[in-house]
Amino acid sequence: MTQLALVIDLNVCVGCSACVTSCKEWNTSSAAGPLCDGNPYGAEPTGTFFNRVQTFEVGTYPATETVHFPKSCMHCEDPPCVPVCPTGASYKRKSDGIVLVDYDKCIGCKYCSWACPYGAREFDEAGKVMKKCTLCVDRIYDKGLPEKERKPACVRACPAGARLFGDVHDPDSEVSQAIREQGGYALMPEWGTQPANHYLPRRKTQLHIHEDELERSDNPLLIDSELPQPGTGEPSLDDVTSW
Amino acid sequence: MATTPLHDPLSNPSPDAAVEVKTTTCYMCACRCGIRVHLRDGEVRYIEGNPDHPLNQGVICAKGSSGIMKQYSPARLTQPLRRKAGAERGSGEFEPISWEEAFSLLSERLAKLRATDPKQFALFTGRDQMQALTGLFARQFGTPNYAAHGGFCSVNMAAGMIYTIGGSFWEFGGPDLDRARLFIMLGTAEDHHSNPLKIAISKFKRDGGRFVSINPVRTGYSAIADEWVPIRPGTDGALLLAVIHEILARGLYDRDFLVRYTNAGQLVNVEETNDEFGMFVRVEVPEEEACYDPQDKLWWDRNSNRPVVTHQEGCDPFLLGEFRLKDGTRVKPSFQLLQDRVAEYTPEWAAGVTGIPAETIRRLAHEMGVTARDQKIELPIAWTDSWGVEHDTVTGNPVAFHAMRGLAAHSNGFHTIRALGILMTLLGTIDRPGGFRHKVPFPRPIPPCARPPNNPGAVKPNTPLDGLALGWPSDPDDLFVTDEGAPVRLDKAFSWEYPLSVHGLMHNAITNAWRGDPYPIDTLLLFMANMAWNSSMNTAEVRKMLCDKGENGEYKIPFLVVCDAFHSETTAFADLILPDTTYLERHDVMSILDRPISEFDGPVDAVRIPVVAPPPGCKPFQDVLIEIGSRIGLPAFVNKDGSRKYRDYPDFIVNFETEPGSGIGFLSGWRGKGGEKSMRGEPNPNQWEMYARNNCVHHYELPKSYQYMRNWNKGYLEWSKRKRITRYAEPILIHLYSEVLMRFRQAAQGKGLSRKPPAHLAKRVETFFDPLPFYYEPLEVQATDKQRYPLAAVTQRPMAMYHSWDSQNAWLRQIHAHNELYVNAQTARVNGIADGDWIWVESQWGKVRCIARHSEAVEPGTVWTWNAIGKAAGAWGLAPDANESRKGFLLNHLISEELPGGAGQGPLSNSDPITGQAAWYDVRVRIRKAEPGEEAVSSPQFEPMGAYPGMAEAPSGWLRFFAGGRK
Repeated sequence: MTQLALVIDLNVCVGCSACVTSCKEWNTSSAAGPLCDGNPYGAEPTGTFFNRVQTFEVGTYPATETVHFPKSCMHCEDPPCVPVCPTGASYKRKSDGIVLVDYDKCIGCKYCSWACPYGAREFDEAGKVMKKCTLCVDRIYDKGLPEKERKPACVRACPAGARLFGDVHDPDSEVSQAIREQGGYALMPEWGTQPANHYLPRRKTQLHIHEDELERSDNPLLIDSELPQPGTGEPSLDDVTSW
Repeated sequence: MATTPLHDPLSNPSPDAAVEVKTTTCYMCACRCGIRVHLRDGEVRYIEGNPDHPLNQGVICAKGSSGIMKQYSPARLTQPLRRKAGAERGSGEFEPISWEEAFSLLSERLAKLRATDPKQFALFTGRDQMQALTGLFARQFGTPNYAAHGGFCSVNMAAGMIYTIGGSFWEFGGPDLDRARLFIMLGTAEDHHSNPLKIAISKFKRDGGRFVSINPVRTGYSAIADEWVPIRPGTDGALLLAVIHEILARGLYDRDFLVRYTNAGQLVNVEETNDEFGMFVRVEVPEEEACYDPQDKLWWDRNSNRPVVTHQEGCDPFLLGEFRLKDGTRVKPSFQLLQDRVAEYTPEWAAGVTGIPAETIRRLAHEMGVTARDQKIELPIAWTDSWGVEHDTVTGNPVAFHAMRGLAAHSNGFHTIRALGILMTLLGTIDRPGGFRHKVPFPRPIPPCARPPNNPGAVKPNTPLDGLALGWPSDPDDLFVTDEGAPVRLDKAFSWEYPLSVHGLMHNAITNAWRGDPYPIDTLLLFMANMAWNSSMNTAEVRKMLCDKGENGEYKIPFLVVCDAFHSETTAFADLILPDTTYLERHDVMSILDRPISEFDGPVDAVRIPVVAPPPGCKPFQDVLIEIGSRIGLPAFVNKDGSRKYRDYPDFIVNFETEPGSGIGFLSGWRGKGGEKSMRGEPNPNQWEMYARNNCVHHYELPKSYQYMRNWNKGYLEWSKRKRITRYAEPILIHLYSEVLMRFRQAAQGKGLSRKPPAHLAKRVETFFDPLPFYYEPLEVQATDKQRYPLAAVTQRPMAMYHSWDSQNAWLRQIHAHNELYVNAQTARVNGIADGDWIWVESQWGKVRCIARHSEAVEPGTVWTWNAIGKAAGAWGLAPDANESRKGFLLNHLISEELPGGAGQGPLSNSDPITGQAAWYDVRVRIRKAEPGEEAVSSPQFEPMGAYPGMAEAPSGWLRFFAGGRK
């Protein structure tokens, strides 16, 4: 059974928010839209984004890490937002595991957002329905697009290529390999929701210099510190003493 | 419960809409990525990166993805506006006028100035990527008072590098992360340029490269660095000099590279009493003075133990030692002088200056030196050097650097950047795989050939300026000064105060004009420059200057014209507002004559082609210039009989040639009658269509053998000469030792035949024009009581707001609606400041109130905030109570544009004394908690701006953007 998901590589994510707004611009005009903005030019602007980047610091100066953490619906294998929905609007597709909201059934009761431990649901205050990441379901099956473009908008936009997309149930997929080989992990597994989305951790490259790498026979100083011999005519002890 | 969804998530919400996809070039920041714009019923629906574009390869950033909200912004200006008769400047009271009225009143005024005193007209532009046209206009007008924003951006980077290696970062070169193994990024540099750097850093990290970030703050790309090395602002020069010290002491330099490709072995006269002291010894005086280094200097040959002309076959120079010429003159190789210079710059010394432990400095030096030496790359690419020697391979020493404004925006930045260029050279990384690589039209001779005019006679009524308003002085005789040594330019560029101010000093233009020093002007035309807000230091005072009147009751700057597409703070001060188009509505060129988007492998230029029509009342600035140029009869824009030469900007781009028949125009692609030629060729009437058919970009890939070692690559240099990219195909040796700087020092010491500085500036010139880099505390820091103002205050650039535009963007402002001051948590606690407290930040020049945020990702002696978030109330179409103005703030209020001149002289610019680079990052501050009961609002506040006639009302409540159809 297919389970589509995003794998986000925190090792290369620079927190630029390209995924945040490229998602918004695609989806606001798509079947999932509009993604409304409250008080767009006034105080405390707020709006619907399917994907947001949180930035936080870890550790104490100077051993500090600054972490950029993009977060959207995890498309959980056992999504707590689905059973709590009184109208069946919140559902998980059998065919590909994408969790969606049926706007035409949603009554805006927000149970699902209370149930979601990841805070991934976004209430559309204008339309009074719950909205969320669709993994750009209207792009990824669109035969009108060239095959390589049938990906979520955020994946295509990401300048760092930090967002991988694919079937985490297919062991040969790029995403499964990345999870397996690069220590991919799911967020808060203790909730038992089995998030389909995964994250790849930071990896550090160190360089260790051995002492003998600094003491080598091809050191150019051996050439450059050898200055010209004094001329034979220059003063020497021979001029002043005979022992 | 029904299992079939009612709402079809795959449905096309507007199936009947007409859908179009058009390619053009982004301009949400200065990066200039290729984009594909999807339109639905003519409305912009989706902007994606163009996968077939060499610069961004399909990706796009947060800004680029938010172009829709720029296009439909309520801050849009829609018609020409004139300040209402009787309304005070700055009050924002305007009346609409027609373009015909705007053109005729402006043309009449400018024609009069041109006929009497052309320097009374000043043109300063915020964007510097259309200088080919704006520079042409200014020169044709005859005014010397022209520059773009480089002087307050990163001119130290351009000048420091170009005067050292003949090229620089960003548009003209960059780190080759495809092959680098170690990457060092110094200071804030993320936005130049942004997407290509993100693509490259990500690949680099995934390939296992090691990334070290040296920055007072860990944000931006530093977040994913393998190691963060916090440093005190303005001390990078000390770090780099100490690294050089260690590289030399350990013998970790690339000797072969230094000998052949730099002036390391060249002999310098060290006879202090001699008039030629500090100059290279030459075999003969060159016959013609041309802008390249003639190969007439000497080495002291190791094999024959005598002086020889450099690069003789079978000779090998001493790099160290002191020698005597036959006439008894003592000489030293410049490498020896460098070693002498850095002797005192030990890692222990630098530790005390930078705050970085000495062992870390040593380790960084070892990492750089050993990686460069032991991870060598040999590419099987045969090439021939300038001396005719054939090489079977291209060698790379895979250590790459990147830096921009973080190093540049200090008053010691020029020497810091010279030190960086020298370090990169010592490691043997210039235009080599895995190191730094040039982008056409660089490298260029050191300095490049363009010179500013050198006397006031260059400015004549009704005559084009005799020289380029911006150029590259090679000695004091190239300075643009009067016989008395006084500046000719309004901003005092190319004067003895800032001799190598190759990008001008836009940041002093308003203050100087207001004070009438060196002279008052009549008309100031600003294009896309927010000088009444974030682009000026000392913002509050500058705003007053713009409204200040003389004894005669006239404004001290009598006429101010602002061209912008949006309702910026500066528009409020205009007498005339010319509404510009957006990037989606205009033709534009990323010209090879300017700052193209070249890649390492060859020249690339690009165009913008309109994808939507502008509002009927808006005109692109380029068309405005061509219209005015035609009306006032600037020679480049009219035929011999005075009739108009170019219909409009697109027509100009196709048909303009730098001189009749030169075959050189703004665009290098699809030249020749049928578009069959590249780089040079006759005008092609279908050039725009050919760009349009080819993703709006022209990429000329050089043969592999021309892609490296271009300073000394015979094949490349001859190609570049044939294509008229350069005049000479001579090798460009790297200036470890800068004789150019020494010529200025010599003049300041009263030696030589060139002009001499005025007495009050002699000491300054002598001190700072050191032929070798040295460290000094930034000038403002020297003039600050550090006990009272202990903290350095700097800005970093948020990726969603690069290049300061678009705070009005409805989507982006939800990412950054206001900025806070980040303070090291320990520093904050010592000052009794809790996370989220309102605080006062004070410098010796001013104070601001803002919100403090504790951070562990900042060096304890530094506070910082995001650049370009805080706005004046009501500006940019935002509500007066928008977060940007109520909670956001502008650090500029703490920064002065001038420093006391001393010795009874007038003030000097708060800038680098060599280049005039604005020293944004030198300010020192103190912080204290705001008093209980103080208003929780940022300070200072300004009278809210209102909307102008023709501006759409900003949507309040809920905005439902849904292109083409359902709303």
